[in-house]
Amino acid sequence: MNENDIVKEFLVESYENLDRLDRDLVGLEKNPQDREALAGIFRTIHTIKGTCGFLGFGNLEKVAHVGENLLTRLRDGQLTLSPEITTALLGMVDAVRQMLRQIESSGKDGESDYPDLRERLTRLQHAGVATSPKAAATAESANSVKAIEAPDPPAEVDSASATITAATPGKQQESETRHAAEMPQPAPRVAEDEQGQHTAQTPSMQASASESTVRVHVGLLDKVMTLVGELVLSRNQVLQFASRMRDPAFLAATQHLNLITTELQEGVMKTRMQPIGNIWGQFPRTVRDVALGCGKQVEIEMEGKETELDKTIIEAIKDPLTHLVRNSVDHGIELPAERIKKGKDPAGRLKLHAFHEGGQVNIEISDDGAGLNEQKIRAKAVDRGIVSAEQAGRMTEHEISNLIFLPGFSTAEKVTKVSGRGVGMDVVKTNVERIGGSVDVHSVAGQGTTVRVKIPLTLAIIPALVVTCGGDRYAIPQLSLLELVRLEADKVAKGIELVHGAPVYRLRGRLLPLVYLERELQLAANANATASGDGAVNIVVLQAGDRQFGLVVDQINDSEEIVVKPLRKQLKTIKTFAGSSIMGDGKIALILDVLGLAQRASVITESHERALGERSMEGTAGAAEKQTFLLFAGPGGSRMAIPLSTLARLEEFPVSQVEVSGSQWVTQYRGQILPLVRLSVVLEERRAKLRALRAPPAPDSGPVQVLVLNHEGRWFGLVVEQILDIVEDPADVRMAATRASVLYSVVIGGRVTELLDIPAILRSAEPNLVRHSAAAGAAEGAS
Amino acid sequence: MAETSQFCTFYLDKLLFGVELCGVQEVIRSLEMTKVPLAPGVVSGLINLRGQIVTAVDLRRRLELAPAPAGTHAMNVVVRSEDGAVSLLVDEIGDVVEVEQSSFEAPPETLRGSVRSVILGVHKLKDRLMHVLDIEKACQMTEV
Repeated sequence: MNENDIVKEFLVESYENLDRLDRDLVGLEKNPQDREALAGIFRTIHTIKGTCGFLGFGNLEKVAHVGENLLTRLRDGQLTLSPEITTALLGMVDAVRQMLRQIESSGKDGESDYPDLRERLTRLQHAGVATSPKAAATAESANSVKAIEAPDPPAEVDSASATITAATPGKQQESETRHAAEMPQPAPRVAEDEQGQHTAQTPSMQASASESTVRVHVGLLDKVMTLVGELVLSRNQVLQFASRMRDPAFLAATQHLNLITTELQEGVMKTRMQPIGNIWGQFPRTVRDVALGCGKQVEIEMEGKETELDKTIIEAIKDPLTHLVRNSVDHGIELPAERIKKGKDPAGRLKLHAFHEGGQVNIEISDDGAGLNEQKIRAKAVDRGIVSAEQAGRMTEHEISNLIFLPGFSTAEKVTKVSGRGVGMDVVKTNVERIGGSVDVHSVAGQGTTVRVKIPLTLAIIPALVVTCGGDRYAIPQLSLLELVRLEADKVAKGIELVHGAPVYRLRGRLLPLVYLERELQLAANANATASGDGAVNIVVLQAGDRQFGLVVDQINDSEEIVVKPLRKQLKTIKTFAGSSIMGDGKIALILDVLGLAQRASVITESHERALGERSMEGTAGAAEKQTFLLFAGPGGSRMAIPLSTLARLEEFPVSQVEVSGSQWVTQYRGQILPLVRLSVVLEERRAKLRALRAPPAPDSGPVQVLVLNHEGRWFGLVVEQILDIVEDPADVRMAATRASVLYSVVIGGRVTELLDIPAILRSAEPNLVRHSAAAGAAEGAS
Repeated sequence: MAETSQFCTFYLDKLLFGVELCGVQEVIRSLEMTKVPLAPGVVSGLINLRGQIVTAVDLRRRLELAPAPAGTHAMNVVVRSEDGAVSLLVDEIGDVVEVEQSSFEAPPETLRGSVRSVILGVHKLKDRLMHVLDIEKACQMTEV
């Protein structure tokens, strides 16, 4: 490693540390007692100072040195953090950053040694404390330890005593322990290290944090990703070849290759993903600076930091987001006095919230400030000739709010002053749109403004349902997916009704508008347009905005994780597609944009105010921890549920189709014999069970409600009394089961519900099934 | 010495076309195509070029030529456009030719219609004319 490499390493590491420093300092201001954070800040500056001394950057060393001295005093508890000190320290961070940039561009740390800043830092260091000379001496001595001259300064004695005191931390010894922590070690490790070695002070102490990560060039990652794609294709060819071979050893090897390739593919895809928290990290500092600058108090709150985005997108949205955050503080949140007058908390709240929704990443920046002034925006828009007076009169509040994104609006400073928003908002919009996203603003006068940035999931990995239509495959983001319904051939005519020509399906008593994918995509309609060979109709129930609709497709294949690739700019105008993806076999599938599709099919229009299924809307908006359950009535009307994930389909069979094979109810279903397990029998007491088992279905009873399940590769139907609902619920209130075949009782949707144990039910029904396939007749009860 | 440039040539409906060699990424035989419903007619579909999704443009349609007879396998001339790689579907690949600047001539006034914007001009080769295509214009997906 030559010196250049060392400098480069130093720069990269220092930049990273400085970013953390901003965050830590602002955090520290809120919680000045956080000694660990203070120690962390100290370590960072100490490292920078040490390294640049070694590399010969004198000016940088000087600045870091005074900063370190001030930090020493803070850490030792001789000074408490004041906003003034924080500002000075942040100023030092900025100076250090500036010098690092100079080093990067010119290889030198610049001419200036920042005398003003150093003077200010020194003054703060000595302010109001009598024991300053000692503190300075301590700092000096620490530095000499660092330089491995070790002339045994007084501080060494302190350190030694700290070895003992650290084990029994008392109030008084606290500060001495801190002396010992001069060594840039994480606080808890100090005592331990010193027992082993007296001078543990290498500048590589950050190894503990960075050992687990390696810096890799993104270009290399891209290349690896492409190669893995190639590998997947080759793997598929090998697998096809292997299917014609009879050599077990070869088959085992290909199986192994298959598994490894899949894992490798997943691993590589994940390497490019970064949590959005990486760019949010700097926002507390931004907010603090802006708020301080205009005399406001602002608290920042972040949610969904872990939401992952592709690295390139993260970088592209960094500036627009920063701008929005600054804007919210600068213009959105009112001055403390004004807020008190309005009965608000003097400290404004700024909330950042990131989450995946509808196959997109949403980032919301909301404040609880004054909101936009509709009247003034309206007036100004007319004044500037952006809209006519008549147009403005017709515009909704929401449309008016979004005028602030127009270029004509933002450049005018006067408008900015009046409307409170607008500088550079068009730039934000342009930048977000460049990566295929959108910006939208919602404002409630007096209550605040929310800006929502939607970013496509370009390159993000999403779970999707793959369907076939017109011979091609399409992927539907799982997020929009509610449920799947299969209508058997003989039900199609009855199941699908028309409302003046518009097809609808009755889904649990509500009309679900149907959209035929083949027609919407204008695919060559064959004679039996939507039938999947056997005449059955597959309906994918989707959520678009606040509405639901059923998408009719030829075939439902499978759900899998796909990597989204953007479409070319000119194809992006087709709103029906959100992107494309390469499937496992190397072929391409288009990803449907559920919202765009709904708009195309006119499911969503302004006038069409009929919202379907409010309850499930509440459900889908809920948190990720919630589970989705299928609710149904069991024997005797008892409320029962199974996790929706275990369900394959919901079916309804007329009694005439239910046949009795021995004691087992069966039905012919998609060319197979589907055993029907009756809940009423499984849950019955043993004696009554025998009788019930043999009874054929009463000929006059209504159709049989069946949950079609697949357990370990075997299909079976669970006969229930009535299907009630699909709900999302955390189901965290639980009680042990009171009978067999029930996992436990839970509270779902505010009512006690029995959650069924599917494997147990099968076990109790299985002996029958097995016996029937071997020799019909033996209809002894279940185990 | 006169300034020369190299062209990658190909045939469409028996006409000879050329694009500047430096704009060509690669030439590959026909690949499996995924059609894009609702896309403009000139878009033949998407192809998977080693993990990269590339749009294929039906150059015959782009140049208002008769559709290729059924069953022909088009070749892909993958070119670099401003908006990433685009595959131009052609009938047959020709040689790489080196031409002098002096053999170039703008299209005659009698060449009318929107095709004019795609065809920059012709190079007068010994035995025939080579139509020079504007890569950016050829990659545009709106109907001509």
